[in-house]
Amino acid sequence: MSMPVLSVRNIEKSFGGIRAVNGVSFDVHKGEILGLIGPNGSGKSTLFNCILGQLPPDGGDVSVNGRNVSGMRASDLNRLGVGRTFQQLSVFPKMSVLDNIILAGQEHHGSMLSRLFGPGDAGLTAEAEKLIAFFRLSHLRDTLAGSLSYGQQKLVDAAMAFMAGPSLVLLDEPAGGVNLTMLAGLKERLTAYNAEHGTTFVVIEHNMEFVMSLCTRIIVLSEGSIIAEGTPDEIRANQAVIDAYLGG
Amino acid sequence: MSQFSQVVLSGLATGSIYALVAIGFTLVWQAAQTVNFAQGEFVMLPAFFVLAGMSLFGLSFGTALLFGLAVSVVVLGLLFKKLVAEPILPHGGITLIIATMALGILLKESVKEFYSAEAQPFPSIFPNDPIDVFGAVLSMQDILNLAFSLAVVVALTLFLNRTRTGRCMQATAQNPAVAEILGVNVKRMILYTFLINAALAALASFLITPVYLAKFSNGETLGLIAFIAAIVGGFNQIRGALAGGLLIGVLDNLTAAYVTAEYRAALPLVLLIVIILVRPQGLLGTKEGRAV
Amino acid sequence: MNVRMRTLSILGLVALAIAAPIGQGNYIIYVLTSWLVFAIAAMGLNLTLGYAGQISLAQAAFMAIGAYVTSLLTLAGWHWILAMPLALLACFVVGLLLGYPALRVKGHFLAFVTLAFNTLVFLVLRNEDWLTGGSYGLVGMPRPDFGLFSTMKQLHFYYFTLGVTVLAALAMWGIVRSPWGRAFKALRENPIRAESLGVDTRRITLLAFAIGSAYGGLAGALVAPLVQFIEPGSFGVAHSLRILLMVVVGGSGYFFGPFLGAAVVILLPEVLRFAEGYYLIIYSALVIVMLVFVPSGLIGVWGRLHEKFWPRHEIRADLKEGAGLK
Repeated sequence: MSMPVLSVRNIEKSFGGIRAVNGVSFDVHKGEILGLIGPNGSGKSTLFNCILGQLPPDGGDVSVNGRNVSGMRASDLNRLGVGRTFQQLSVFPKMSVLDNIILAGQEHHGSMLSRLFGPGDAGLTAEAEKLIAFFRLSHLRDTLAGSLSYGQQKLVDAAMAFMAGPSLVLLDEPAGGVNLTMLAGLKERLTAYNAEHGTTFVVIEHNMEFVMSLCTRIIVLSEGSIIAEGTPDEIRANQAVIDAYLGG
Repeated sequence: MSQFSQVVLSGLATGSIYALVAIGFTLVWQAAQTVNFAQGEFVMLPAFFVLAGMSLFGLSFGTALLFGLAVSVVVLGLLFKKLVAEPILPHGGITLIIATMALGILLKESVKEFYSAEAQPFPSIFPNDPIDVFGAVLSMQDILNLAFSLAVVVALTLFLNRTRTGRCMQATAQNPAVAEILGVNVKRMILYTFLINAALAALASFLITPVYLAKFSNGETLGLIAFIAAIVGGFNQIRGALAGGLLIGVLDNLTAAYVTAEYRAALPLVLLIVIILVRPQGLLGTKEGRAV
Repeated sequence: MNVRMRTLSILGLVALAIAAPIGQGNYIIYVLTSWLVFAIAAMGLNLTLGYAGQISLAQAAFMAIGAYVTSLLTLAGWHWILAMPLALLACFVVGLLLGYPALRVKGHFLAFVTLAFNTLVFLVLRNEDWLTGGSYGLVGMPRPDFGLFSTMKQLHFYYFTLGVTVLAALAMWGIVRSPWGRAFKALRENPIRAESLGVDTRRITLLAFAIGSAYGGLAGALVAPLVQFIEPGSFGVAHSLRILLMVVVGGSGYFFGPFLGAAVVILLPEVLRFAEGYYLIIYSALVIVMLVFVPSGLIGVWGRLHEKFWPRHEIRADLKEGAGLK
């Protein structure tokens, strides 16, 4: 098998005396949509933050496309082709949708100096408009992101993660708080993007239906360890998973 | 030798007063995310409350001190919290910092216009007689200032560690959300922090003003030195601010006596920049304590 | 407001600035010139505070560096047009050196470091009299002469300053409209998200501070030939505070905020002469009241009134710019 896009080895993280993540390892390969699920407090978010350099892990390594990225700053990680979204809504409310999207790409274009003396849009307007159209937000191009509906902001948020053409995107609860109609659209767009660009996704999600229908493979965490791994159908039938959820 | 011990002692005495100011500053920063840039003016003002008490109401010096303390706690503690810190904090930390800067100007200019632009003599609480200790001539005032400030710091530490209210205040400073869940009256604890800060500033004012004379502009250097003491010592505990205050007091005096009087005021500033370069968490600070 | 209206109103303001000193006495022209100079300094600080969200209390110190470098060079026979870029460069470099350690630490450390720095600069200016003239300062700096256009006369110097101000404002406009400006704004609105999108927040904050400091240097380079006498006392911490309050009162993060703020601080006291000593008291009290109710400054006040009385009107384009303070 080819080199994994994301490789996580023995990540450990404790808070005080509590082990939030207990030596977790897994690989994600090109084009996969991996779901990371587990009951509340199972360590998903901590793991996510350790992978993304938001929290320093106590032990273990993370590699992206074969390169060790442990302890790397978020901006450097992004420049290596890792996009992400946050659990809380994270758009720039007083900037237009177009500006939000251009910002998400500009640091990958040209040099520091060309970004001062070059064109104001860093030559990205056309590309940004294409992405905005892909997420069906064209009519809102010049609207301030903060005045959009919650679901629309979620779409902008997701679109930003894709602007720089990443090889890996980590989505933290993309479905949280989104209404059903929007949700179907979001899932359909993510699947389409994955099919079109072969981008690898890792998704943390509470909404089981959403995860089961979006992901190609699922990893279940409980009390900081992986308790099951497989296709959505296998996970649905797994007794350990059912116990963890009912027990938890 | 005698001169050296006198220089160090008076450095410690001044430093312990700086420490009182720095501790109050730290407490308020930690408990209420309020970086008080008017802290220096908070030390300048109580001395004028005392002078006003004596000249306007004819109080004796002792009564006037109590009056000054009480007015300080109300004005610089309660009113500061209710009228400035509380309504502005929701707009963000920077907005509040700027408001405290404006407050500093307001207090300074008010004293200048309504009281006097001239330095006023201020009676000393402790006698200023020189005494002989093991052959060294030391100032009684320095010794008592140092002893009194240290006693205040010890009392405050005991209060924070040994009493229920003190522990609730600490919990509030560390994690208000958790403290709230544990049933701590977070709002009240924050109010106490402001009141304690005002009281500390007032005590520092009473100790330091006899040396500097009461002047509207006293706060400029005092405030800066208090910030520096707090940052140099490390923000998370009282002992950091205490160590920072004492260190600056002693270094300041040694520089003035043996190195350069012209650049005396530069020393704390250089110390600040060096500390931020090599040990940003402060001398006694831990990394976590710095994420204010 | 559409683009044409906007351009027209800006041209209108420039025309007003051109007409303002005509027929006025030298003193009024001098006050108007200082308004422009302080507007430049405030414009720079607005980048640091309003766009990058960092408090600098050293803008007066950067003015001092700009003024002393310009003075020393022009007194040594250099032309202003050659001395000024060096003054700017000096401030930019000092800004980088000062900001680098301070911005590594979370919290508002830049505020303390710049406060300490301003005091240090003051001490150096006062004590190193072999270079700076000590407390007596430097006198007799020549005003620039451009052959056909000499700025010796007060009115001519005003127009010269106005020209420099317009150029400085255009340059600032370019910065704010560039990808850098977008990164500054993103940093102010959501630094963690910006970082996750590849924005090197530490570097961009440092650059905002250094550019802001260079604008302080430009203001200093203009003060030297304007007053033709500089001394340490004109560049103390109190002056830095004054510039900071200009930015806040005008409306930090709004492009035109600094001009309005500088007008309030420089021009208004001239009108309110009768208030004398009480001016600063009333002013600082009003600033606190303003921060309680409208933290986005006078431009924010205007925006609120506008919304109240003409609610359907589209929000002004420059209102969209500002986000106030964090």
